[in-house]
Amino acid sequence: MSTTKVRRLGTDKPPTRASRLMRNKWAGTAGLLIALLAPFVDATPYALSIMTSAAIAVMLAAGLNIVVGYCGLLDLGYVAFFAVGAYTSGVLATRFDLPLLATVPIVIVVTVIAGIIIGAPTLRLRSDYLAIVTLGFGEIIRITANNLDVTGGPSGIYGIPHLVENKVLFYYVTVVVVSLAVLGAARLGRSRLGRAWRFVREDEDAAEAMGVHTYRVKLAAYIAGAVWGGLAGVLFASQLSAISPGSFTFLQSALVLMAVVLGGMGSMPGVVIGAVVISLLPEVLRGLADYRFLLFGILLIIVMLLRPQGLWPARSKEVS
Amino acid sequence: MSLLSVEDLRLSFGGLAAIDGLSFSVDEAEIVSVIGPNGAGKTSAFNCVTGFYRPTSGRITLRDKNLLGLRPSAVAGLGVARTFQNLRLFGELSVLDNVRAGSHLWLRQSVLDALLHTPRYRRSERECTEQAHHWLDFVGLRGDRYGAARNLPYGEQRRTEIARALARRPDLLLLDEPAAGLNHGEKEEMLDLIRRIQGLGVAIVLIEHDMGLVMEVSERVVVLNFGKEIADGRPEDVRENPAVIEAYLGSDAHA
Repeated sequence: MSTTKVRRLGTDKPPTRASRLMRNKWAGTAGLLIALLAPFVDATPYALSIMTSAAIAVMLAAGLNIVVGYCGLLDLGYVAFFAVGAYTSGVLATRFDLPLLATVPIVIVVTVIAGIIIGAPTLRLRSDYLAIVTLGFGEIIRITANNLDVTGGPSGIYGIPHLVENKVLFYYVTVVVVSLAVLGAARLGRSRLGRAWRFVREDEDAAEAMGVHTYRVKLAAYIAGAVWGGLAGVLFASQLSAISPGSFTFLQSALVLMAVVLGGMGSMPGVVIGAVVISLLPEVLRGLADYRFLLFGILLIIVMLLRPQGLWPARSKEVS
Repeated sequence: MSLLSVEDLRLSFGGLAAIDGLSFSVDEAEIVSVIGPNGAGKTSAFNCVTGFYRPTSGRITLRDKNLLGLRPSAVAGLGVARTFQNLRLFGELSVLDNVRAGSHLWLRQSVLDALLHTPRYRRSERECTEQAHHWLDFVGLRGDRYGAARNLPYGEQRRTEIARALARRPDLLLLDEPAAGLNHGEKEEMLDLIRRIQGLGVAIVLIEHDMGLVMEVSERVVVLNFGKEIADGRPEDVRENPAVIEAYLGSDAHA
């Protein structure tokens, strides 16, 4: 059986032993266990901060996977929702002295509204046009945050209270929240709505002919993605306790998208791995100093050449 | 009252009249064929009925309910299902998932059910899968149901598309050249399948170039040429109609 042969999307080879192992339903539990045990290996503040960031990246990737992977809507400005979530909770917590947890319901409402505001006009567009408009919206949100007084302008907001003070405890809270988010996104993907997303991705006209209100379904994907991104923003604000427009650049959107593509669009286990790789690899390569991003780029290119369908691609074969 | 009624349908793209005054009706459980040379406006008429094109003028009603101006999904919701001239399956998805698409409007399942995997979610998913198997059995699919639809042979993909449309449980099924590209044996099976679909009480409008199949299965034939309707009648009458022979069947008809 082929191991490192170039595989293209659309070819079908019998599953390798490795991919069959990966399809094991215990993979999710194993991933969670690794995340839970990691602090016992290394609990230095540096390691904890990297691991927490990686977990937040996983949440972002899970959210973007709904939009890009399930529904096939190329969103280049996903960081906008991350920013909306972080700023909403940050502003509310600092100006009104709310505990961060109390801002969560408001963040959900605000991100849903943001999803509708950005999604409603743009989702009538297809493919490339959608990508360009979302890119624009991502920048609009960042530049708005940069210029408003309430968001603290270029210096941003600081002194945001932590969800929990203890760094180890916060890591565990993050892991639990992110796990639920990943599980939720995966379950949505297997539901009536999730199938409708895939129908839209595969053939919008055929989906419409089967009675799928494609516009509504796309908006639902966008809103779900927005809520996932916004909640990740709350975790981010809590982790750093300071946020500024510099954290929400296009590069962030690109990195999350890279995690989704690298892991395997539409595959939840895939994008989790993709996000972990994207956030940990630059740290692992830190020893290379200035060359680390060069090597990071080269490694990504190699992976995409060898596995263009992603590290853990979505399967089209169903288990009977 | 007829099931589908199309009155004086006109559709133009810029200055070009693709459909120029088409009227026909379909009764419950009736098979009507729409024939005509390439570019006569047959598929355009389908697209008008199913909401993909907005006609310039005319009336389209299903059981006296207006279909004009509705989105395709709303037309589907009223009980119209269709297949496409060039297969439009969800290629990367499994054959079963393709047919599950037909159940989309029937499934009662909320986002919360899906997130919590409530008994209602499990039940509706089970029913949906059973339905999909039922319709795949009905169309006689022999290929792998769990694999990606694009891996099926061509004839099987045609069947899958029809199964997907049937899972919609339509009152009216529009088939756009279902026998195109099928071999002789497969055409025979398609003929049988169309009759069995009619047996379910479903009315069928058929676009087809295979005259043998059209004459065999249709109760009525509508003939289009350059967007104009030139005949509407029983197959044997249409066959003898001089205008039809000239426009469509040509000299081959008497060969």
